[in-house]
Amino acid sequence: MSESLNGKGLALVPKAEGKQTLKDFKSDQEVRWCPGCGDYAILAAVQSFMPELGIKRENTVFVSGIGCSSRFPYYMNTYGFHSIHGRAPAIATGLAASRPDLSVWVITGDGDALSIGGNHLIHALRRNVNLNILLFNNRIYGLTKGQYSPTSEIGKVTKSTPMGSLDKPFNPISLAVGAEAGFVARTIDSDRKHLHSVLREAAAHQGTSLVEIYQNCNIFNDNAFEDLKDPEKRDVITLRLEHGQPIANATQAVKLAPTGGLEVVARDSIAESEILVHDVHNPDPSLAFALSRLDEPAFQHVPIGVFRSVDRPSYDSLMSEQLDLAVAQRGHGDLDELLQGGDTWKIN
Amino acid sequence: MTKQVQQLDRVIIRFAGDSGDGMQLTGDRFTAETASFGNDLSTLPNFPAEIRAPAGTLPGVSSFQLHFADHDILTPGDAPNVLVAMNPAALKANLSDLPRGADIIANADEFTKRNLQKVGYDTNPLEDESLAEWRLHSVPLTSLTVKALEEFDISKKDAERAKNMFALGLLSWLYGRPVEATIKFIETKFAKKPEIAKSNVTAFNAGYNYGETTEAFSVSYEIKPAPLSAGVYRNISGNQALALGLVAASVQSKLPLFLGSYPITPASDILHELSKHKRFGIRTFQAEDEIAGVGAALGAAFGGALGVTTTSGPGVALKAETVGLAVTTELPLIVVDVQRAGPSTGMPTKTEQTDLLMALFGRNGESPVPVIAPATPSDCFDAAVEAARIAIKYRTPVMLLSDGYLANGSEPWKVPSQAELPDISVPYTTEPNGDDGETFLPFKRDAETLARPWAIPGTPGLEHRIGGIEKADGTGNISYDPNNHDLMVRLRQAKIDGIDVPDVEVDDPDGDARVLVLGWGSTYGPIAAAIRRVRRGGGKVAQAHIRHLNPFPKNIGEVLKSYDKVLLPEINLGQLALLLRAKFLVDIISYNRVRGLPFKAEELAGVIQEVIDSE
Repeated sequence: MSESLNGKGLALVPKAEGKQTLKDFKSDQEVRWCPGCGDYAILAAVQSFMPELGIKRENTVFVSGIGCSSRFPYYMNTYGFHSIHGRAPAIATGLAASRPDLSVWVITGDGDALSIGGNHLIHALRRNVNLNILLFNNRIYGLTKGQYSPTSEIGKVTKSTPMGSLDKPFNPISLAVGAEAGFVARTIDSDRKHLHSVLREAAAHQGTSLVEIYQNCNIFNDNAFEDLKDPEKRDVITLRLEHGQPIANATQAVKLAPTGGLEVVARDSIAESEILVHDVHNPDPSLAFALSRLDEPAFQHVPIGVFRSVDRPSYDSLMSEQLDLAVAQRGHGDLDELLQGGDTWKIN
Repeated sequence: MTKQVQQLDRVIIRFAGDSGDGMQLTGDRFTAETASFGNDLSTLPNFPAEIRAPAGTLPGVSSFQLHFADHDILTPGDAPNVLVAMNPAALKANLSDLPRGADIIANADEFTKRNLQKVGYDTNPLEDESLAEWRLHSVPLTSLTVKALEEFDISKKDAERAKNMFALGLLSWLYGRPVEATIKFIETKFAKKPEIAKSNVTAFNAGYNYGETTEAFSVSYEIKPAPLSAGVYRNISGNQALALGLVAASVQSKLPLFLGSYPITPASDILHELSKHKRFGIRTFQAEDEIAGVGAALGAAFGGALGVTTTSGPGVALKAETVGLAVTTELPLIVVDVQRAGPSTGMPTKTEQTDLLMALFGRNGESPVPVIAPATPSDCFDAAVEAARIAIKYRTPVMLLSDGYLANGSEPWKVPSQAELPDISVPYTTEPNGDDGETFLPFKRDAETLARPWAIPGTPGLEHRIGGIEKADGTGNISYDPNNHDLMVRLRQAKIDGIDVPDVEVDDPDGDARVLVLGWGSTYGPIAAAIRRVRRGGGKVAQAHIRHLNPFPKNIGEVLKSYDKVLLPEINLGQLALLLRAKFLVDIISYNRVRGLPFKAEELAGVIQEVIDSE
């Protein structure tokens, strides 16, 4: 693990007194996703993960936008805010910037985060407010019943695109790295262990962390990530990213390409020393970006794990520092002094 | 030579020049001198939206009007007695507002062939007798300034730029203004450039001395201080007052203020002002867009802050969805709309009252929101405190409708002390409110106010979820039950309808007027000034001004029905009239002009007199 569990991301959040369990984080609300939805697995993973953080449940807030995944906060027995389409990062920014004692989680989907909320997402990432953004990517619009999304592959045939979609999809990892995100990771709904490990690092990161979670929509886009789950294929196409480790699996390896980018070659075609060693803390985002492009064409070689984890001061901590500095320099504000400031005159 | 001093009871001066000529600064300084002298005053800046329109053109003209008097006044004045025109464009753009006999002080140096051509003058109006109806003072302001600054080691351009200070000096002499504060101001402003500071002070003094010695000005004027009630005063613009009101609201509610805002004319100054007051624990967040501005403010309100967003016209449209979320989640939020001419981009620097219906109804669903409108620049302070009081007490978004005229206009403000301000604090909910003593019901309402509890994250045992989906009464759980929705729609409406709003006051000195002039927002000054004129002429007329536009004051229906005729001037096409007609079945007489400018008192006096005469 590259970060300790009680990293800076949770430094200001009060610790829980007793031991917490999964049950503590389950709300009394009936979960209403379609049977078989990947969201169940993510919910269970998050509920079972939260006790591990050891922070006070009442200081935990889940904020969501609109979409299937955005019902998530109702099922967590924490504070929660189910807001409006695309705006969760903005709402969470106000909350996190004014309450450094909270652990704030944003639950969003590919349509919510990358279509209607694209602007808020990129600005949250560059601004680096202390938020954890979990982007459930199922590459389809579920709640509106099956239109193509900004992560659907070109040519996707849906109700709104009977002859196939025309627009190139976003690669959420590339987008996040390009938007100056300090922490970017990818995981998958069905792999709870990996999901936990990524959440752990995201929570510990101070600033905005973006975790893309491949999530299956079994109604409108079933088996979109099947290759990554198929026991025969997954080990061949998945490239696990681990800090300090060579980026390779049994058959594939990543090396620097002569063009300056990265290329995937047969593992047995190069020497071990030529395999790129993953450095999540590299301040230069070029290699993280190049890693995100390896998934093109899709599902030939898919990096999974933390692409980038770079420390820089979070927006909320800088904001608090300015407030403290203003007080240190000139003392706490005095209302009478303020109102009577400027050019005044007195009439007797 | 001893010059004659003439007594005046009031003067209206308009400084006009190219937008790069520093007319706003000149006006501000003259205003500060006038305020410290003790006159009552009212100002109206008027500037183009372009930062630097092409020099010397009509669209590039920027002006600043100041009305000051030895008695209390209500408006920046209809027509100037004095026009300071720094170039031909400034003369041409403003001449039609200038009554016959008014003074024109023109910068002769700028009336070059080229500059005259730019604005379509075939001959020089300073020389062709076309200005014979006015008292023309043709003064070579630029060359006099440059000459006065010969000995300074500054560029010719910097010397020329000081001409506004020369003009300010001249006007300061003409009206007997105290000069010390201006000299101090210049020295502070250019503290890092001592040579520029000295040259500007020299230009200012040169202008003053020019007035005293030249024969071009044979008379100077004296306007005695106005008898204002005892107290400490400062001159304040609407935007400044609104910002200070928000700071006061934060202090008096004991809530940290969080402002989420996106720059937009003419609201940005509120963001600028609040950004200076971090010592009060105020967090200002310049968001990526209008939606994020209000979203962040609402997020902060969920966390227990006094959430505020500030915007203007088109920005309100963008915020509508989030305001709806605040309505249904019942969180406190202040939405400041500094109205400007619309629709769409409209005229960003011009004023209008056209967002009233937008404020009331511009959201999907039944989405009631309290609406408050300040009447004068200094009243923006009290309106901000009142907006916060309602937002916090009733857990609701509140729309505060200022406008461009209030925002940039200024007047003397008797500064209140903190002790005079109301305590508007309401404690957060910290204990379960269910009958079993353990459950928390986030939508169980206060019996009197119908407000729901405000339990903020970090409060143990009160964890709950809120959102935009309809909520079951009490529990707040998602509910699609038809009867529950009907109940919640009615409860949200009843909560807003039940807000404690003071009665509207009627000014009817003799109690026998048959005509009522009603107004809201920034038309207060022009309406009140018009009513004074009408009353001076023997006309009987009553005045009432509405501050709370939702809910209306309880007595408004009764007031409307107790007059034969109700005249309602609005800078829109009759938005409040529409509401009052619908709600009270009163045949309101509307008077509407939508020119991006405030009403003139004379214009309104004529309209009022006509209504009285038609009785």
